[in-house]
Amino acid sequence: MAFFVEVLVGGLLAGVMYSLVALGFVLIFKASGVFNFAQGAMVLAAAMTYAGLVDKGWSGWMAFLAALATMVLFALATERLVLRPLVNQPQISLFMATIGLTFVLEGVSQAVWGSVVRGLDLGIPDTPLEVKGVLISKFDLVASATAGTLVVLLALFFQKTRVGRALRAVADDHQAALSVGIPLERIWAVVWAAAGAVALVTGLLWGSRLGVQFALSQIALKALPVIILGGFTSIAGAIVGGLIVGASEKVAEVYLGPIIGGGIENWFPYVLALLFLLVRPDGLFGEKRIERV
Amino acid sequence: MIYREAGQFRTTYAADTRIFPIAQDRLGMALLLAAAFVAVPFLASEYALTALLIPMLVLALAALGLNILTGYAGQFSLGTAAFMSVGAFAAYNIQLRLPWMPLLVTFVLAGLISAGVGLVFGLPSLRIKGFYLAVATLAAQFFVDWLFTKVGWFSNYSSSGVITAQRMVIAGVPIETPERRYLLVLSIVSVLALIAKNLSRTRTGRSWMAVRDMDVAAEVIGIPILRTKLTAFGVSSFYCGVSGALWAFAYLGTVEPQAFDLQRSFQILFMVIIGGLGTVMGAFLGAAFIMLFPLFLNWLFHALVRGEVRPGLLSQLELVCFGALIIIFLIVEPLGFARLWQIAKEKLRLWPFPH
Amino acid sequence: MRTNKRGWCLGAALTVGLVWSGSARAEGEQFMPVPSYRIGPYAAGGTSLYGGFIDYMNLINMRDGGINGVKLVWEECETEYKPDRGVECYERLKAKGPTGAAMFNFYSTGIAYALINKATADKIPLVTIAHGRTDAADGRYFPYVFPLITHYWSLNTDIIRYIGQREGGMANLKGKKIVHLHHGSAYGKEPNAIFQKQAEKYGFEAKIIEVPAPGSEQQAQWLEIRQFKPDWVIVTGWGVMNPAMLKNAARVGFPMDHIIGNVWTGSEEDVEPVGAPAKGYISAAINPPGKDFKVIQEIERVVYAAGKGNMTDKNRVGSIYYNRGVLTGIVAVEAIRVAQGKFGKKPLTGEQIRWGLENLNLDASRIAAIGATNFIQPLKVSCNDHEGGGAAKFQQWDGTKWKIISDWIQADKDLVRPMIEESAKKYATENNLPLRDCGKEKS
Repeated sequence: MAFFVEVLVGGLLAGVMYSLVALGFVLIFKASGVFNFAQGAMVLAAAMTYAGLVDKGWSGWMAFLAALATMVLFALATERLVLRPLVNQPQISLFMATIGLTFVLEGVSQAVWGSVVRGLDLGIPDTPLEVKGVLISKFDLVASATAGTLVVLLALFFQKTRVGRALRAVADDHQAALSVGIPLERIWAVVWAAAGAVALVTGLLWGSRLGVQFALSQIALKALPVIILGGFTSIAGAIVGGLIVGASEKVAEVYLGPIIGGGIENWFPYVLALLFLLVRPDGLFGEKRIERV
Repeated sequence: MIYREAGQFRTTYAADTRIFPIAQDRLGMALLLAAAFVAVPFLASEYALTALLIPMLVLALAALGLNILTGYAGQFSLGTAAFMSVGAFAAYNIQLRLPWMPLLVTFVLAGLISAGVGLVFGLPSLRIKGFYLAVATLAAQFFVDWLFTKVGWFSNYSSSGVITAQRMVIAGVPIETPERRYLLVLSIVSVLALIAKNLSRTRTGRSWMAVRDMDVAAEVIGIPILRTKLTAFGVSSFYCGVSGALWAFAYLGTVEPQAFDLQRSFQILFMVIIGGLGTVMGAFLGAAFIMLFPLFLNWLFHALVRGEVRPGLLSQLELVCFGALIIIFLIVEPLGFARLWQIAKEKLRLWPFPH
Repeated sequence: MRTNKRGWCLGAALTVGLVWSGSARAEGEQFMPVPSYRIGPYAAGGTSLYGGFIDYMNLINMRDGGINGVKLVWEECETEYKPDRGVECYERLKAKGPTGAAMFNFYSTGIAYALINKATADKIPLVTIAHGRTDAADGRYFPYVFPLITHYWSLNTDIIRYIGQREGGMANLKGKKIVHLHHGSAYGKEPNAIFQKQAEKYGFEAKIIEVPAPGSEQQAQWLEIRQFKPDWVIVTGWGVMNPAMLKNAARVGFPMDHIIGNVWTGSEEDVEPVGAPAKGYISAAINPPGKDFKVIQEIERVVYAAGKGNMTDKNRVGSIYYNRGVLTGIVAVEAIRVAQGKFGKKPLTGEQIRWGLENLNLDASRIAAIGATNFIQPLKVSCNDHEGGGAAKFQQWDGTKWKIISDWIQADKDLVRPMIEESAKKYATENNLPLRDCGKEKS
């Protein structure tokens, strides 16, 4: 029984890490209707900038601010050069454009910072904590706390502030928002910058888990089942989806895996999300789409 | 001046509804086919055949398949590589366990098996739409990947899971040399492309396009949604399956399950979008561009920058250029190369007159 | 019209590229293709591997004026570790130089598999050091494929033998529990068969746990390991799986000095991101780390002093992968030297260099002459045995660098060879490959 609890808790905490990545996707989709595949590359770029600067001798805080500034600059550049020209194009073109962005980001990061694998030490010890015979990782706890705070902050931002309301208006209807006088371009820049900041935090946490290397950009794939479960437009959905995906993935791997042969972690969350979608085609908390003829 | 229709009178319905109603188009197509079938095998070097033309044609076939699904029927799918993988492994297993089966029949059977798998993974499309469907098709991608690595039967229990395709023999003639392999791939791809073009002009094709434009309305006017969407998945997976079989047999000669990963699906999606969604020509143009452009960049950089440049920097710059070019292309011509070709033809009709 | 002009230029350039394949040929030079991977997830390893390779070739050119006066020229081609790019690089480079490509070192199992038949038909040797198709060690069926130094199966027996050594004798393995944690790919699965066979032979309890590729998530697997409570864990990892493995092991509190990785799971790139918890981790090594070897010092003295070093980060000179690249260079150069002994001191064809590879005999005195004592193991390649070595040393991470903690541990050839012959025969029958008679072929 203790083992099951151990696996479950480990899964839940892993799921929170996935939610962090998913958060970036949700932010951008919520505000601009773009499925930003480049989120993974943004995580990589942010983490590499931070680790590269720390390597050169900058202090942790300075490097953090510099990385944040880089992500904001990237957001502005993207909005100006990629989003604005593609404003009325079908979703699939925008999606493809973000894949193009992925290549650009990956190439630039590796060109500037090299392909060396760097460690990232955030000062959080990774020693295990034993609570009633159940093994919990201190690092994961800190990560969950961070993710939780981020979610609360973002939720408050969207609900309570003026910019947040403007973002929700833009997500609802671009034309209507424009006609009411909401500056579309500035909103998009803000959203992408926010997603960049989330990417930075994600990059720091994941980077200290795996080392800052190219594979960081692949963690975007982990977040996809989370957003389809939780809904593309819901921040709460990102967290709940992450928890469900993380827990089910680990439990299935340990208990179901040996029966089927092991290694099912990769596809299990997708199949789970698929089954979920059959019941709720817009995800758990996603906006219901109404189609009119 | 040369591209005028003046003087061409079509007196039967059949003549009017041909694929190439204008005589110059037919001539152009005939010349292209002659060049492809006759001139290229003689003139092209082994490098061009093996490393450029064959993969381009094989990927164009997969792009045709995805085009049917995403371009005609409007169902967004990211599982293309999974269906290619199914086709490759199916063809290998058929040749292994039924060695008397003629090669072409093997390819067709592999395509049919792939179509079956496509039908299964296409079932969710009845309920799920848009990006949700795309991400759901990723389930196919990862599941198939896992299945072929895990279940030893598919790779004949080889210790590594990599399969080596058998030698190809058609009616006693071995297909070993690059020229023969190229001709085999070219023939199969031309036939299937013709079928795809004709399919788009039949009732099935029109119902696909109706579903793409607005499936609720299509259902309202009586188009059977279930059948339409599933046929789209089935036919598309058939094409992808044959493409995968050709990849294994005619191009690389081996398949490891990781060869058909998500990157491959993205590559084919790029080809379809940059080539032009919903056109047969677009699949070929997109395949040519996506396959050849990185190599062209590579060659260009090597030619321009001789000597002391930090190694690896060139490769990274190529990646950046490629990504930037995709974005620029999407901005400049979102409808793809096929649209550019159409514009060129329209201008050609007026040439040399301005209007 | 703007777009049409662009289209014409592109079309013209493509046509040129399509039909033109040769390049400027220089007489008196041996062409060596360098199919590297400098972008993508394995770029860190690839940059060092090929950096070392190029640096060694530069050393031979600059210090010795080439191999018996024949200088080496090379051209890089980016494969991104993908089979289709690898095939394209192969086709592009195979005919370059006055006599064609000398040999190909792809350092990718997928690419190697794709090119075995082609390379054999084109008569260009395919060298797959410590990777590739294991049963190609039976040179009778695979005349042009050389899994030199060691391959996955020999390596696995080396590791088990080392464990036996640590336990005080192979007999003490009976009743112990050993886990094989592997990457969920063709590469990771390779050692499973020989691992099970050794479990039967020595009586230890074997458990195989797969980590789905790419391997960044291993929590469930390590919780399973914690449940199983094994004495040792052997890891066949690659890329991001390695640091994730170490982190997860630390998290469940598994002792680092009871985890043994193979030669692709033990480099600086794998342990540095993990930091302090990785201390004590052991891995196998076919080449030691460090600059304490004459050959590395020579490279620094001659090549880097003249500013022609390939590594932008000079601290990477002497790292595991860099030294492995130098090892690749040593093997390549010595094979060419042996071939020149028979065919003359001139640029040689792939077929002739194949003979050189097959008759490569690096004994202690030759190794000392190169300056590679303790750097490379004695190698004796033959028609029957395309591996030539099979031994590995073991090293331990002390927090800042790798330290060798054992001598060369030989492979269990009696166990491995029959399995190789069986596997090779199966492949050969399936594909109608001819069996060479090694006795008949006189050197």
